[in-house]
Parts: sequence; C-alpha cells; structure tokens
Amino acid sequence: METKGNVNIDGIIVPIDNEKNLLELIRKADIELPTFCYHSHLSIYGACRLCVSDIEGMGIQATCSIQPRDGMIVRTNTSEVRQIRKINLELILANHKIDCPSCSRSSNCKLQDLARRLGVTKVRFKQTNSHLPIDDCSNSIIHDPNKCILCGDCVRACKEIQSVGAIDFVNRGSQTIVGPAFNKSLRDVECVYCGQCVSVCPVGALVPKPETEEVWDAIHNPEKYVVAQIAPAVRVALGESFGIEAGVITTGQIVTSLKRMGFNKVYDTSFTADLTVLEEASEFISRKLKGELLPQFTSCCPGWVKFAEQYYPELLPNLSTCKSPQQMFGSVAREILPKMLGIKPENLVIVSIMPCTAKKFEAKREEFIHNGLADVDHVLSTEGLARMIQETGIQFNKLKPESFDLPLGFKTGAGVIFGNTGGVSEAVLRYAYEKITGETLIDTDIKIVRGMEGIRDVNIKLGDLNIKLAIVHTLSNARKLCDKIVAGEANYDLIEVMACPGGCIAGGGQPVSFDTDFRMKRMQGLYNTDKQLELHKSQDNPYIKELYKTTLGEIGSPKAHELLHTHYHGRKRITDQVINIRNTVHPKIEIYVCLGTNCYIRGAHELMKQLTQYVTENKLEDIIGFEGQEDMVDVKGTFCFERCEKGPVLRVNEHILEHATFEKAKALLYKEIQRIGLLVNK
Amino acid sequence: MKTITKATLELIREHYNKSIKSVHKRIIVCAGTGCIANGSMLVYEALEKAIKATGMELFVELELDVHDDKKKVHLNGSGCQGFCAQGPLVNILPEETMYVKVKPEDALEIIERSILKDEVIERLLYVNPVTGERSRGQLDIPFYKLQNRLVLGECGHVDPENIREYIAHNGYFAAEKVFNHMTDVDVCDTLVDSGLRGRGGGGFSTGKKWHLTRVEKSDKKYVICNGDEGDPGAFMDRSLMEGNPHRVIEGIMIAARAINANEGYVYVRLEYPLAVKRMRKAIEDAMDAGILGENIFGSGKSMHISVMEGAGAFVCGEETALMASIEGKRGMPMPKPPFPAQKGLFGKPTVINNVETLAAVPLIIRNGASWFNQYGTSTSKGTKTFALTGHVANTGLIEVPFGTTLREIVYNIGGGVTDNDGKVTGDGFKAVQIGGPSGGCLTETDIDLPLDYDNLIAKGAMVGSGGLVVMNTQTCMVQIARFFMNFTQNESCGKCVPCREGTKQMLSLLDEIIEGNGTIETIELLQEVGKCVKKASLCGLGKTAPSPVLSTIEKFNDEYLQHVLKKRCATNNCKSLRNVTIDIEKCIGCTSCARKCPVGAISGEKKQPHVINSDLCTKCGVCNSVCKFNAILGF
Repeated sequence: METKGNVNIDGIIVPIDNEKNLLELIRKADIELPTFCYHSHLSIYGACRLCVSDIEGMGIQATCSIQPRDGMIVRTNTSEVRQIRKINLELILANHKIDCPSCSRSSNCKLQDLARRLGVTKVRFKQTNSHLPIDDCSNSIIHDPNKCILCGDCVRACKEIQSVGAIDFVNRGSQTIVGPAFNKSLRDVECVYCGQCVSVCPVGALVPKPETEEVWDAIHNPEKYVVAQIAPAVRVALGESFGIEAGVITTGQIVTSLKRMGFNKVYDTSFTADLTVLEEASEFISRKLKGELLPQFTSCCPGWVKFAEQYYPELLPNLSTCKSPQQMFGSVAREILPKMLGIKPENLVIVSIMPCTAKKFEAKREEFIHNGLADVDHVLSTEGLARMIQETGIQFNKLKPESFDLPLGFKTGAGVIFGNTGGVSEAVLRYAYEKITGETLIDTDIKIVRGMEGIRDVNIKLGDLNIKLAIVHTLSNARKLCDKIVAGEANYDLIEVMACPGGCIAGGGQPVSFDTDFRMKRMQGLYNTDKQLELHKSQDNPYIKELYKTTLGEIGSPKAHELLHTHYHGRKRITDQVINIRNTVHPKIEIYVCLGTNCYIRGAHELMKQLTQYVTENKLEDIIGFEGQEDMVDVKGTFCFERCEKGPVLRVNEHILEHATFEKAKALLYKEIQRIGLLVNK
Repeated sequence: MKTITKATLELIREHYNKSIKSVHKRIIVCAGTGCIANGSMLVYEALEKAIKATGMELFVELELDVHDDKKKVHLNGSGCQGFCAQGPLVNILPEETMYVKVKPEDALEIIERSILKDEVIERLLYVNPVTGERSRGQLDIPFYKLQNRLVLGECGHVDPENIREYIAHNGYFAAEKVFNHMTDVDVCDTLVDSGLRGRGGGGFSTGKKWHLTRVEKSDKKYVICNGDEGDPGAFMDRSLMEGNPHRVIEGIMIAARAINANEGYVYVRLEYPLAVKRMRKAIEDAMDAGILGENIFGSGKSMHISVMEGAGAFVCGEETALMASIEGKRGMPMPKPPFPAQKGLFGKPTVINNVETLAAVPLIIRNGASWFNQYGTSTSKGTKTFALTGHVANTGLIEVPFGTTLREIVYNIGGGVTDNDGKVTGDGFKAVQIGGPSGGCLTETDIDLPLDYDNLIAKGAMVGSGGLVVMNTQTCMVQIARFFMNFTQNESCGKCVPCREGTKQMLSLLDEIIEGNGTIETIELLQEVGKCVKKASLCGLGKTAPSPVLSTIEKFNDEYLQHVLKKRCATNNCKSLRNVTIDIEKCIGCTSCARKCPVGAISGEKKQPHVINSDLCTKCGVCNSVCKFNAILGF
C-alpha cells in the first residue's frame, strides 16, 4: 500500500494517506461516487461497478478495487463513465421488483436515490425479475428476493461481521439469489437475527418484520391497556427518520408521540437495565468469590445468546442467567402493573421498542411465554415506530418532550449506556466497585472500557480483587474469544458480548444509515444522556430499591430468580424428518436411532435393524404383561444428535444412549419398559 | 524416498528404443475421446483378438528386448491424433500407414494383409474429397502435411498411460535440466526469450508472469495448471491431458522450479473424466518413478501435484474464480489486483497457466528459446493449437505456427467449406468464429490475415483458447450471436451487474430481433449495453462476453438491418421471420401437408392447390418435410 504521493482526481490533487482504495481517496476530494457493494467495514467485493472511473493508462476501473498510486490521473465523470453507471442502474432496475410506494424502504432506498441522482428516468430494458416466494417465516426479518440487487453486502455482513454465514449466493448467473442453503427459511437456519444484513441492505430486500398492525390493533382495542418500554439506543437514532442527525437525543419527543398515538403508559427499558446491573453484578461477584463458572458472559444480547446456544453449548453454563432488560421489564410489568393500575392481567399489552431485530425473536422464545401470555407481546423496531409516527402525521420535530411514567420509567445513566459496546461492563463496574470496596465511586466515567476495538482487554482492580474483563462486539470477535476460551488459551472473569458492531446503537432495527460515522454519533448520544441524568449508578435508582423492597426481596432472592432469571439450551443445527420404520400408531416407547454420517459409519444402521427385528420378533408386549396391546415400541431413524464423536447415539423416549450397542440399547429399553409399565399398571 | 537421476532416464530411453526395434510391427489405435466415441475401443479389441488368432506374440507394453525370430506385434492406444472427422484412426508402424474410419470388422483384414504381409488396404486409406486421391501416411494427407505439430507432437504417438514411452521420447530430460543445471532466473529468462505467451486467452508473457511470481517472497508458492476448458467446441487442452499428460506434468515441474514452488494443482474440467483419470495416473506413475515427490533428481527440491476436478462452471476457468474453487469456495472471480502472482491460491504467490502453455514449456527448455521463437510472428511466437469445427471438411485438432492465414487453415488444412449437407463447396465461406464465446468473427476480407494475438484483437476477435468455428453462407449471424450470448449468460457467475444483468438483456434483445420484434433502436441498445458489459465487467469473461454480438453487428450489419427493417432472415434460420407459403404451380393437392400440419393451418380441396393460414402457422416445417413436390416455400 502506498502511503505517499498524490493522485489527480478530476484536476484536484489529493494526497494519499493510507487509504484502503481509490474510492476512499476520491471521497477525500469530496466526491461521493455511487456504490452499492462497498462498505468500509466489509471486504472489497467489486460487483456493482458503479464506482467506475477512468484512470489514465488503466482505462475504466472500479475504484473500490484499485490501490491509489502516486501520479495516478483519475477522471470520475467522463461521458463513458456516466453512461456505464446509468446503464448499470437501468440493468439493476430492470431486475428489481418496482414496489416503491408500498416498500418499507421507500424513503431510505439507495437504489431510488442513485437512480434519481444519476438521472435514470427511463428503463429501456425488459423487466426480468421473477416472482420468487418471500420468506416471512422468521419472527425477525423478512426477505424478499425479488427486490434483491445482489450486491452481496448482507452475505459479507453475515459472514465477516458475525461469522454466521446463514445466507449466501444460491444458483448462478441470472438465476443467482441470496438466501439460506437448501431453500430453507431464515426461521430454520443458523441466523441469529441480529439484522446486520438489514442494516447494510441498500434496498428493501431484507427488512425487519413489522409488528405495527398488531400494535395498532391493541391500541384501538378499548379493553386493552397498552404500555411501551423504550430501549436506550432508540432515543439516539429514531430522529434520523425525521431528518435529525444521528446521536441527537429525542427521548422526550418519543414519549410524547407514543402518548399521542394512544399508548396508556410509556416506560423505559433502562429501568430494567438498572435492575439487570444489580442482578448480573451480584451473580458475577458471587461467582468470582466462589471461583466457579468463570468467565461470566453477559446475556442481554439475544443474538449472542442464540449464537452461543448454536456454537458453544459447552459455554452456556457460563452465561449469566439474567434475562435481558427487555424480558425483565416484561416479567416485572406483568407482576406489578395489573395490581398497580387496576387492570386484568390479560388486558395488559406490553410493547417494546427496540433497536434490534433479534429482540423480536427473543420475545417469542418459549421460556418467556407463560400460559399463552408472553412477557412482551410485541416488539417494534426503531424504524417501525418511526413509520407508525409518520402514519399518524404527528410532527415529530415539533413535539414538546414529555417524561416517562413512573415507576418503570425512572433510570440512571448506567441503564442508558447499555446500548453502547462497553456500556454493560461500565454499569456493572459502577455497582461492583461500591459493592466490593464499600467506597463511593465519584467519577463514574470508566473510560477504559469504552471504544470501538473489536475485542478490548481490561484489567481492573476492585479492592483486593483483580478483575479481568473482555469487551467484545460483533460475533466474529466473540467467536475468536470463545475459541480461545474453549481451547484454554484465554482466561477472563467477565465478558461482555454484543452482536452488533458498536452495540445496540447499530442494531438491525435502527433506521438504515448511509452516514459513515453514524455509530460514533449515536454512541456519543448515549454517553451524553448519561451525563444529563442526575444519577449514574444503578444501585442509586430509588425505584429499583423500592421494587426490591415491595416485590423482589433481596438481590438474587428466589422471587428475583423466578422473575428475572432464565436458562439456555443447546440448539441442534441440523433438523430433518424422522424416518419411520414400523409405522406404529400410538407407541408408548419410541427408540430413535441416529443415522447421521458419523453414527452410520459406526454401525447405527445395523443397530437399528437389530432393534427393529428384536422388537418385532419378541412380542415385547407379552413379555412384560401387556398381552393384547399392540404397538408398544416403535423404532425410528433420525438425524444427528450432534454427539458425533460419541456415536452410535440413540434415544429411548427421553433417555439418550451414547456409544450404543445392541445389548446396552436392550438394557435401556427394558429399564424404560419397566418405568412405563409401572406407570400403566397404576 | 525414491529419486531418479539423469542416468536412469537415459537408461530407460535406451532400453525402450531397443525394445521398439525388436518389434516387428506396431499398431497405434487412436483413443482420444472423438475416436472412442466412434468406436475405436471396439476396433482395439478386435485387433487384439485378430493378432492372438494368428499366433503372433502381442505386447501391449514394451518390456523385453528378447531377440528371437517370432513375430512380435505391439498394440497400443494413443491420445488424440487430431483428425477426429476421420476416426477411428489406426496407424501401422514402421510403414506409417494410416487407416481411417476403421471398423471392428476390418481388424482381421488389417492383421492378415498389413501386419503379416506388408500390404496396404486401399479402401481404408484417406481419400481427398477434392482430388479423390488416396493418401497412405499421415504426411501425405494435407490435413497433417500443412501443420506444425510441436506441442501436440507426441500426442497420438505415445501411449499416454506409459511413462516410459514418454521418457523414451526425451520426456523429463528438460525437468532434470532445470532442477540440476539452471537457476530460477535462467528458467524465467529462457521463457521470456522464447516469446511464449499464455495460450488460455489473455496472451500475457509466460516468462514475465513467472518472473513476477519468482520475485515474491513467501514460504509457500503454488503452480496451477488450468485445464478447465469450457469454450463450446474447444478441446485442445483435453486432448493434451488425455494424449500426453506427462508433458503437462513436466511443464508444471519446470514452472515450479522457476518460481520456487513445491506444490501444484491441475484443475481439470469435471466433464473430462478421461483427462482426470490420465492426469491422475500420470502423476502417480511420476511419483512411483521418483520424478515427482521429494528430492527431485537429487536436487533437494520437492514437488507434489494434485488433480482437482472442476466444479462444473465455465467461470471457474477464470483464474481468480478457479483459485476460489480450489479453496472450496464458490467459483466467483475477485477483483485484480492483487494478481495471483502476489496473492493467489490460499493467499500465496501463484503461477497459473493454461495446459497448452505448460505443455510447450518442456520443448522450449529442451530445444532452446531460439528454436521456439523461429516459429510465429514478431509478437506471437511458436505454434497454436486450434479446434477446427463447423462447416469444414476436416474437423479436428490442428496446430499451426502463429501467422498462418485463415485461408490456409480453412481451405488447405481444413479441406474447404462444406454446405449444410456436408459437401465441400467452392464459395460457401461466410465467417469463422475464433476464440469461442469470448472471441469475435472474421470474414472473407480477413481471409489472408496472418493470425496472431495482436491482429485478432485489432479485428475484435481473440486467440482465446483456440476454438475455430467455420461458418458457411447458410448461417445466420444473428443466430450465431444468440448462440454464444445464450452460453455466456447461462455461464455468468452472477456476481457483477454488467455481466449478470447485461448478458441477460442482450440475449433478450437478440431474441426480439430474431422474433421479428426488433427495431433500429434494438440494435443500438444492444451495442450500448454490449459496450458497457465489455468495459465495466469485473472479470475477463464478462469483458469479452459481448464480443460475438458486437463483432457480428459490425461485420454483418446488413444482416441485422434486414432482420429489423425487412423482418427477413436471408438464410432462413430465424423461424419467426419465415414466410411460409405454397407454390400453387407445384402443389397438386395431395393433402398430405394439410393432414400432417399440427395446428391445422393448411386447407384446400383435394387435387387443388392448398393454402397456408399465416396467422395459425407456427413455421415448424412439417409440411415441408412431407411435401414430395417441393411446393412449400420459405424453408
């Protein structure tokens, strides 16, 4: 990479200063070349061919793929270059579902914007896009391949930022689409619903799943009492949808607009963030003192939680058992509000407004639904709320700010900075410091945990305790760290993980921004909010103290555990249909034999045959005294228990048998028969 | 660890040549894909049986030099001999008699007359379709006589599955030379001096490419042999890999020495199972012989080669996509720079050369740079193989020096242009498509143009991998453009916008013209998009995809105009533009066309001239095929 010299860009001499590519240098000359596929934080892809320019001696080149060199002469605006850009746009438009008026990205569409900027007023080509099915099965993200322009930004975001790779290119040539493997839905794959694909999508091919209609229905239902909780990161980004700069705090206007729209109460998720701090910090201090289950991972990011469940089931015990602030709010609200407000529990509708698409998934997790009643009913993304406000015609910019309702609307600064990477750590440290040392923390800004480095190692001394902290954002960084921990190469006490780069402020539910430093601006917005608030430490929140006194008891009490803590489970990455062998109708005992590759190689198929034969030939029903009853035992083939190294694996009802042999399986079968037999005899 | 020395190579060569002398006759049956498809393996088996029946001693591999009086016959299969149109080919040595279109039934006669008695079977000799003369040996046949088969040289003579035969033909001596007697700089310099340019399409100087990779500092470097030959109608690389795999391996070894690599890949198109098999066997044999592996020729250097089957996509022939494919990724091109020389396979400096390029390398080392650059033109040295197909009498694989004219290739080597029935006609030439879907067409006016890299580029075509399709005057150039466009749009990887969307729209515009819906604007738009695809695509395949369209529009503009303005296709190939009518003078009212018409478009009284309802007619041509009186017009 050349670090010295100058490039002549349309007659302007621009010095080279370590720019990644010529496109970045051209931006330094205050020329914003059009591009779909170049993002400074993703790898160079070079596919949209819009940033083309004429370079002397090299001809037409995509400037994203060219290193600036001293003496280069670049023309960004020749007639040939302009024509290429226009035709490229026309070609893209011919293969794009022109759905603009009803597209949720209509006001924020890069394709629309560039077509207007480049003066494409007519598409001379045949519309060629086919009518592919839309995937709206997941709770978080809607994927419409008909709008996709195949810039590949989402594919790289998923792979490079998150190391998940749930989507990739499928088929080739003009048949190419982006999607999960084997035409599966996002619902059924490894997608963690972080929505980083949504954040980079220049068009409306990937959008957060709206729940606006459900929320309107609740608001318009006179029987329902609708309350909102607003996540910290929402307040520094929602304004962007109304032309306000990123990072400007619009908390009061949001409260006002929600009230005007018909929400009965408006609360703050930062309140339960304060609650999370106390629970999580106490959990941490207890683990640290006992020296068990360390490092403790944070658990407020649902994308990270699903990631850990998928890839690091062995680390799940290390995750804090605390629910996320969103879910804590849900259970606390369900516990106290009906009584406090004098409403029927089933009439309380809890709507959360989140910067996040994974929160939609989280709210629908079965752990958080009790007797059909979800702790959080609906999750609106920031951009979803913005559209609701726009629909009402409320002039957001002119609104007088209002305050949150009490008690669940009162928070300290510690609960607000949760939305930034490092924020949870800082909030926890503000509590832990005082808890451990018994001293009062005067300067609450703990700047060593702040920043944008992907993995930040922080050593901090709290009294006699040395705390080794890691702050991680993006899941690819989380993966790096987890791999080290699993391999025993790294030791930490506490690890904060956030899936999105920069934290929740850059979540997949935020308004899509093409501003290059929107993350920094939003982040600063949250730190400014902290500054403006009177309290900065969660333990100082009087309403939290009150809540413990009236409802929860002690920190970490059984009641607190019931309401504020949860558990995790490893996820099977591979799902497939069961293979029926005996086709019994109502079996009492089911034996599932894994026929995945590893188990198969280790003789699972033979084992299944033996078991089937045994079950069929020896009338088991007669042996154990169930004459006349048929179809007691069924044998089925199944697919991957993900215990490949312990194969063959089989399952008899709920009991898993590793390193299975025919004899061992038979013994387990008899044990189960006895158990069932006793039950039936009763 | 087994290593081999020059002395051992010499011993093998000597031993083998002695063995050959002890044999009474040799029969070489062409076992290239074309001949196999025509039944050459059955001929081989029939010959084997016939020899056994005579009681002669049959060798399929020359092992012994026993000197006794018993007649010994050596029978082997060879790689492609090039004259595919005349296959299966059988050569009798030492007389060098060549029999063409041999059938298994001929085997016994061949053995009885040509092996036992030295007679020539006249009816199996090649007959010149123009003069009617019969030619006895390869060198009497114009197809061979006018070629310079250097790279293809041993192809068709040696048994591709026998490493000793290759060594006997001076094989691996060049490799020994570079590993023990030349520096890396010497090797690269020799290649620069030879003027060899890449035979895969781009035509970049091989020596320079090697130098660029050589100077990169890295703990690991790779050599890749690109055998993902995907152009429709091209089969040069396949023939080389099938016919002389050891030459390719020797070329890879020399390249590895030149850049200090110790690992190589041969990326072979998936649809070439025989090439895959033969390359694998050759690598195995070279390992067994101690030619590949550790401490090569005692030089202390090592070299390992693996064969990788292609992923089935045309685009994987593009070097960055090919490397992605080897790495197990989706075969999509990446922007260059970085070039493979700096950051190639697995991020390491890599030389990637086409099969034909690498196959030329051992010859250059063996015979010297100046021997090689005596062939060709000032900027394009050496010879080039072409797959000669289309409307030409002698289809097959040819090799000529650069600078040979189209006239020599089409008329002298190719035996002239044929009409749609396969008959040679004097004035049927319309154009050749050179360079496959990336190339362009040359016309009558270019017939005396010396073919080389730069002349072809100047004419809007390219050497490409060397497909050469001859077209007669009955060919519609719009259809030809459509054929190639259909191919490239199907094979586009889908990454960059101009290629993915542009080729799709170009195909759609061509369809408009062919279906009679085109206007002048259609042609203009076609050119406009074509230029955008050419200028703005990410990789070489995209950049050259519009060439067949742009070049046919330029050279056959009248034909395009006729399609859009007069809605007429002079060659009658565009179905929608046909005007099908019945000649009332000729129609006797037999009703057979009316009965066969699948859409009921023909009506008329018995024994009265019939008429076609053009609104219903789908121009399928059934009427024309059943009419015995040539009364249907428009086909």
